[in-house]
Amino acid sequence: MNWYGIKAIYIHEMERFRRTLFQSLASPIITTSLYFVVFGSAIGSRITEIDGINYGSYIVPGMIMLTILTQSISNASFAFYFPRFTNTIYEILAAPLSSFEIVLGFVGAAASKSLIIGCVIILTANFFVDVRIDHPLLMMFFLILTSITFALFGFIIGMYAEGFEGLQIIPILVITPLVFLGGSFYSINMLPEFWQKISLLNPVLYLISGFRYSFYEVSDVSLFTSTLTILTILIGCILFITYTFSKGYRIKD
Amino acid sequence: MKNILEINNVTKFYKNSVKALENVNLDIKEGEIFALLGPNGAGKSTLINSICGIVNFNTGTIKINNMDIIKNYRNTRKITGIVPQELNLESFETVWNNVNYSRGLFGKKPDHNYIEKLLKQLSLWDKKDNKIKELSGGMKRRVLIAKALSHQPKLLFLDEPTASVDVELRKDMWDVVKKLNKDGVTIILTTHYIEEAEDLSDRVAVINDGKIILVDEKNKLIKKLGEKTIKIELFESVEKINGNLSKYNFTLDQTNKIISHTYNLNSNTTDIAELLNDVKKDGYKIKDINTEQSSLEEIFIKLIQENNNELVRN
Repeated sequence: MNWYGIKAIYIHEMERFRRTLFQSLASPIITTSLYFVVFGSAIGSRITEIDGINYGSYIVPGMIMLTILTQSISNASFAFYFPRFTNTIYEILAAPLSSFEIVLGFVGAAASKSLIIGCVIILTANFFVDVRIDHPLLMMFFLILTSITFALFGFIIGMYAEGFEGLQIIPILVITPLVFLGGSFYSINMLPEFWQKISLLNPVLYLISGFRYSFYEVSDVSLFTSTLTILTILIGCILFITYTFSKGYRIKD
Repeated sequence: MKNILEINNVTKFYKNSVKALENVNLDIKEGEIFALLGPNGAGKSTLINSICGIVNFNTGTIKINNMDIIKNYRNTRKITGIVPQELNLESFETVWNNVNYSRGLFGKKPDHNYIEKLLKQLSLWDKKDNKIKELSGGMKRRVLIAKALSHQPKLLFLDEPTASVDVELRKDMWDVVKKLNKDGVTIILTTHYIEEAEDLSDRVAVINDGKIILVDEKNKLIKKLGEKTIKIELFESVEKINGNLSKYNFTLDQTNKIISHTYNLNSNTTDIAELLNDVKKDGYKIKDINTEQSSLEEIFIKLIQENNNELVRN
């Protein structure tokens, strides 16, 4: 293993995060605060509790998931697309690094950034509502696994994007709607039966549900199904990246 | 001297079926400076990028230090460095971080003393904390060289190292290249500045339309393909070349006082002593004699033209 190479990519990416620390952290903190004001205060005054949990507290796991998913994807996709755009990718391709090591460096850094942001959101949420974490280890397990999985997904976008606009399409048009419709701000039990069934087709529902279970021991679907879903997406991303690398990264042709 | 690089029957097609390299065979000896000449789009960069692992090639084998670059990519890449043609750098990073990052990518333990020495050698030390975007084009080119040398490679590829660099800096770069070579680094450079190849290289290859059309020692090439022109300035003007001089294909300049004869260095048909004797026999007094040898550039143009004509015929 080229550990120095992995470390170089990881530190290089984290350094970019440090340089833009204010933007990186300010945006999720402000967004989270706005969600609490809009959803927590405005809607929370009408829906006081869901599954016995205060509404403001209930939406915390969903908000963290929303941020983790979008940040993991955008961090990893930008991190890999940027050297392609500036042509500095030549150096990574010419270095004695395996495709696994390249992915480890980029995805590791993107997932780390998301984890930091996720922790900051938990702290921010504490200023607005009581946040209880019944299963901290399970919470960390979901947080880390989701960060890695969606960083891998972002890496795929970074490999395939043909422009900066391409980096935004999937997060804006696919991920954000799926998160909003995946029970971030409500329980699917509140929906009519037809829409409950439709919601079960949304993979993000399983992630949010499992993650919420680690906080309050309430969930829309079983913990096993949630874990299986996230692992399936993870394996899918790994297989897809492996296939793309075997074909020459799409950039070595 | 042993070969550090062996390229056998390498062919490369791009996605759109454009053939970029066709059965390229080339051996590079350890310790030499090798120049790869060719017009734009000839395949120079594709060849270098194939060797360095930046692009995949379709058929053939490439070995560095007798190791296959695909099977033993870790070992071969560790000893290979590349300076790209474009100024591809991360603008917001400092020089210091950029160069150390490159060393890390190539699997080398951090060595700040070596990087300091390298930056000083390339006159970059006082710019180490500057961001890349604050540097001039020449300085950026030096940073690229520093990055390529950060892991102490044995084989260095310089893809158009002095493209868009002013004359003074170009000479500076040449000194850097010569110094590196003296320190034991084998250098392969692509260029279309023929004077660069002429000044630096030991051997030259000419590539056109993805094919290597010639490989030879620079001096032999100039000798083999070069033409020499002898210009004889006379005291009196010549109305018409006849008599003994008519057998030499002399041409007259506008003043009718300088007669020129071009001959191939390799041919034995021109005897200069006899030629001068014939000038004298015809009653002309010689004022001055000057000879001019064709440059690598003229040889290069001639070769490419011949090759293009052949391609059209086929």
